This record gives sequence, C-alpha cells and structure tokens, in this order.
Amino acid sequence: MSLTEKQYAPKAVVARKDFQSLLDALLSQKYEISGPVVRDNAVVYDRISQTEDLPIGWIDRQNHGTYHLSRNKKKSLFGCINGSHTWKKFLYPMEKLVLEARRDGKKIELQELPNEEPRQALIGVRSCDLHALQILDKVLIEGPYADLSYSRRRKNLFIVAVNCSRASGNCFCVSMDTGPKATSGFDLALTEVIDDDNHYFVCETGSESGLAILKQIPHHEASVEELAAADKAIQNAVSRMGRSLKTDQLPEMLQRNFDNPEWEKVGQRCLSCGNCTMVCPTCFCTTMEDRTDLSGQVMQRWRKIDSCHTVEFSYIHGGSIRSSGMSRYRQWMMHKLAYWPEQFGTFGCVGCGRCISWCPVGIDITEEARTIENSE
Amino acid sequence: MAKKRKPKLAVWKFASCDGCQLSLLDCEDELLAVAGAVDIANFPEASRRIVKGPYDLSLVEGSITTSHDAERIHKVRRMSKFLVTIGSCATGGGIQALRNFKDVNTFVSQVYANPEYIETLNKSTPIADHVFVDFELRGCPINKYQLIEVLSAFLNDRKPNIPTHSLCIECKRRGIPCVMVSSGIPCLGPVTQAGCGAICPSYNRGCYGCFGPQETPNTGSLSEWWQQKLDVNDVDIVRAYRTFNAYAEPFRKASEAYEK
Repeated sequence: MSLTEKQYAPKAVVARKDFQSLLDALLSQKYEISGPVVRDNAVVYDRISQTEDLPIGWIDRQNHGTYHLSRNKKKSLFGCINGSHTWKKFLYPMEKLVLEARRDGKKIELQELPNEEPRQALIGVRSCDLHALQILDKVLIEGPYADLSYSRRRKNLFIVAVNCSRASGNCFCVSMDTGPKATSGFDLALTEVIDDDNHYFVCETGSESGLAILKQIPHHEASVEELAAADKAIQNAVSRMGRSLKTDQLPEMLQRNFDNPEWEKVGQRCLSCGNCTMVCPTCFCTTMEDRTDLSGQVMQRWRKIDSCHTVEFSYIHGGSIRSSGMSRYRQWMMHKLAYWPEQFGTFGCVGCGRCISWCPVGIDITEEARTIENSE
Repeated sequence: MAKKRKPKLAVWKFASCDGCQLSLLDCEDELLAVAGAVDIANFPEASRRIVKGPYDLSLVEGSITTSHDAERIHKVRRMSKFLVTIGSCATGGGIQALRNFKDVNTFVSQVYANPEYIETLNKSTPIADHVFVDFELRGCPINKYQLIEVLSAFLNDRKPNIPTHSLCIECKRRGIPCVMVSSGIPCLGPVTQAGCGAICPSYNRGCYGCFGPQETPNTGSLSEWWQQKLDVNDVDIVRAYRTFNAYAEPFRKASEAYEK
C-alpha cells in the first residue's frame, strides 16, 4: 500500500507525558509491543508495556569491538541508537519448528503445525533497520520461495520508527543511503526533541493504521518551530556519522580484488565466531536440523539461524568449500557488498555498524573495503 | 515380526570425576525413555547388574593416566561396536592434563605421604590417543541434552546434531549481548565449541572454554585482543587456556605461546 505524504500531512506533535498513551493505544489493539530495553550492559529488544521499560537517559558509545552504555542528563527515551541484536528475531525466529511427523505402525503422519503468527508492534526501529526489513522482504517474501511465517508476521507488524538525532562511532547509514531519517516502511515515525524544558516527539504518519493509532493519542499539529527543531536533530545525526563507505563502483572493485593479499591479513584476525552474521539485520541464512526422539516415533525439523563463518555452512559431499577463515570472511563481506546487488538489487549492508561494534576483535567492514581499494 | 533386540549400553570410567556419567542419571524426564530404548547392560554407577559384553554402544568417561588404564581401554574397544567418549577428560585429557606441562614426579612427591604407592603415567591423554573413537562428546561436564541427542542419533542411525562451531553462535541465538564487547570481560567463547547453552555469558561472565576448542579456533587473534585492548597479562592468558581442556592442541599451543 503506497500512501502519499500529503494524505497524512500535517505532522503532529506528541508530548513526552503522552508517550504512554501510544503504548496503551497499541496494547488496546492487542499488539505485543517490543522495544529497546537495557540488559547486561547493553540494549536488547524485548517485550515492553510501559514507557519506563525504555532505556531512559542512556546513550550508547560504540567503537571497534566496543559497546558501552552511559548516562546522560537528558531524559531521552531513544538516546541509544541500536542494540546488541536486531529486530529480525521477531519476524524470523532464531529457531523454528517447521515440520513434525509421527510414526503410526508402518505409516508416517505429518502433523499439523500452528500457523497463527503474533501481532507485533516494534517501537524505536531506526531507518537503517527499516531498510534491513525491506531487504529481508525481498529475500523472504518477493523471492521464488516465500516464507509464509515471515510474510504473516510482516503483514501483522506495526512499526514505530525513530529518526536518529545522534550517530554512533560505527554508523554509516549516510554512505549506504539508508538514514538517518526514516522515509518509508513505517506506520508512525517519531523524532525526539529535547529543548530546554520541552520534551516532545514530532510524529509522521506512514499508513492508515498509523493514522488510526495517532488519533487515539493526545497530539497537536506541529508548529514551524517544532518541525525545524526535529530537522535540526536529524541533521545532527547526519553530521556525526562515525564511519563512511565509498559505495560507487564498490561491487566491481571487490570483484576485481578477489585474490588481493589483504584478505589473508583480515583472515588472520577473524575469529570465525559468527558474531557479525548473528548481529547483522540482513543476514538471513538458516540451516535445517532433523531431530528424532529416542523411540524413533517422532521426528522434527527445526530451522535455525546459521552463519557462513562455520565450516559446516559450505559443506557439500566430500568437504567444506570454504575451509579457511579468510575464505569465509571474504565470502561474508563480498556477499554483503558485491554479490547482493546482483542477487537482490541492493547492498546487503545498511550501515548500522553492528558488525563493527560486536566483532569481538573489532574488524571493520568499512576499513577492510578501504584497505583493499587502497592496496590495488 | 520378531521384536528388535534393544541395543546394549555400557558406561566406562577412566580418570575422571564421574560428573559426565552422572549426566545420564541426571536426565530425569528422559531417563525412562532411555531405559526403554536401550538395555543398560554395564553401568556400575547406576546398577549392580552387569551383563557380559560385547556391547552395542560404550560411553567412555575419563582420560588415560595409568599403564593399567592404557591396556584396559583396548579391552573396552574390543567389546564395543560403537565407542563414544564423553566429557573433557575423555576428549581432551581433562583438568588432570595440567600435569602434562610439568614433571609429574614432582607433584607425586609433594602431594602424597607415601609416593612409592603411586604408579602413574607422565601425561594424561584423551581416549582417542589410544583407540579409535566413533564420536566425541565435549564438555565439562557434558550437556545432558547433547547426550540424549547422541543416544537418539545412535538409535535412529543418523548423524548427531552436535555443532562444532563457536559458542558465540549459540550465545547470540539466545540473545545474550557479547560480554567482551559490552563489559570488557575476557571470554573464550569465540574459540570454544558450542554446546553448553552459553551458561557463563548468560550470567555476565566470560566463557571458561569447558567445551574445548571450536572447529577452527583463532586463539592467536583472541589472545592479542585480550592483551592489547582488555589489558590481560601473559600469566592470565596462560591460565585462561589451561583449565579443563588445557591439553587440547589449540588451547595447549595458545597457552604455550604466552608462557615465559
């Protein structure tokens, strides 16, 4: 459903004190709400119901292999940019039962699995992650083998996007043209503004259901000053991108450099631990695991999120195609930046910077691309 | 149709603490199903009833530390159709393999009042150094669900679903933020095999490496990061690798690299 901005103009303003009414409105529509919460010294995405569940007054500092939370004086609800994992787990669970069969004498009977999917609302999705969801849609819905569970969850989804007003040391959405302002793919998009004593959200509507929810929340039409303050906040994020990636001719450059010796150097640093793939919002690879019970009467097939950094990932009869850590790292990075455009028409990277922060040894995809180009 | 004979299971103990074989008794909910699926023919820890071999499946716990055991394991192998080693002692030499880095006679003379009664080998070694092993199940102790998976795979003639990749993948599937990145805690997860369910990181502790080295452990890169970014000194790096899997080759080499 495409909706022109005009249909929903003008933009509204929701006061901080009325933020709870947004959650209440979603709860009254029977949504399971998830948003950022602080746990184990990081932001994770989990179920919330109260404004107080959000990381109020926290901000994240991210750098190579580091993610530190600190307090700041502003009592912002969305000061933390992104969390230690991604939203994809709500749409594409880490483990999912996809087939069950039972033995009945000599017969084998397939079991009916429940196909009802939850009605979920995600609060605080950033523009980079919205683009990641659109990329996953391409792969999991628009491809030749649509994933029914993902499609259903996606259809039920209500998204409250948040425009970034700061950037982390590892952000590069400006390079990838994926942010920091959300332009589509949301029901509501908020820009948090904290000025002197004013704390409010400039709210943009992106769908009919977004408009219906907005109508249930106290709001007023945004003034010129309020809109300008929101724009200024977003501009602040634009000017503070921690990293950059030159995307012009990038796939061609990488393809040319398949045998560049720099790959060996990064291969020596790479732990093959799989963290980068696990925290990436677009990595969608899975493996299938067939299980049986001890009696051999019941079998189950589970789909599990997998990583191209394992040896088994590329195992075909006789052995693994990518036996070295170098070849696995190269495959991962080339897929994101060189093969993905061919395959799906976009990069497989949205510039969220998670793989840089959460790599235990701080390997930086933007730096690796630059190193390879400079060594040509 | 004649009823299929239940496979005969034997459990053997070598140098170990018994914790891994007790994992079988710890299966609680699944224990009756296990007893229904196999004939527990030789498991002294659980029953006085001993049925003579040969056995269809032997679970072997413990490492080889005496010349007597070095002979006994061959007898066990000869009596077993399938032999699965369980736990860090059996798969890597165990905590007792710490002796391998020193002269065992020094320990013996200092620990025992009458050292002349002690007859032991210089090194504690994994079972696979002595006989052919069909499958190794890692852990200190092993994970009981992985044990049931191995039994289930054996009974159903399929490959066990026991991943050999890093602990990190299991940790991230659980949604635990990386403790090294968020809290600066040295963690062996990236070089350790999955299987425990990421217990320590879930309590904001670094992984101790109980499940031994993962399939392609890059200990050099991890140690360097610990030293340069997390201020871990040489002594502590050596200690980190020298626990339950100290003598597993990648961990042994990793610790030796930092030993002065």
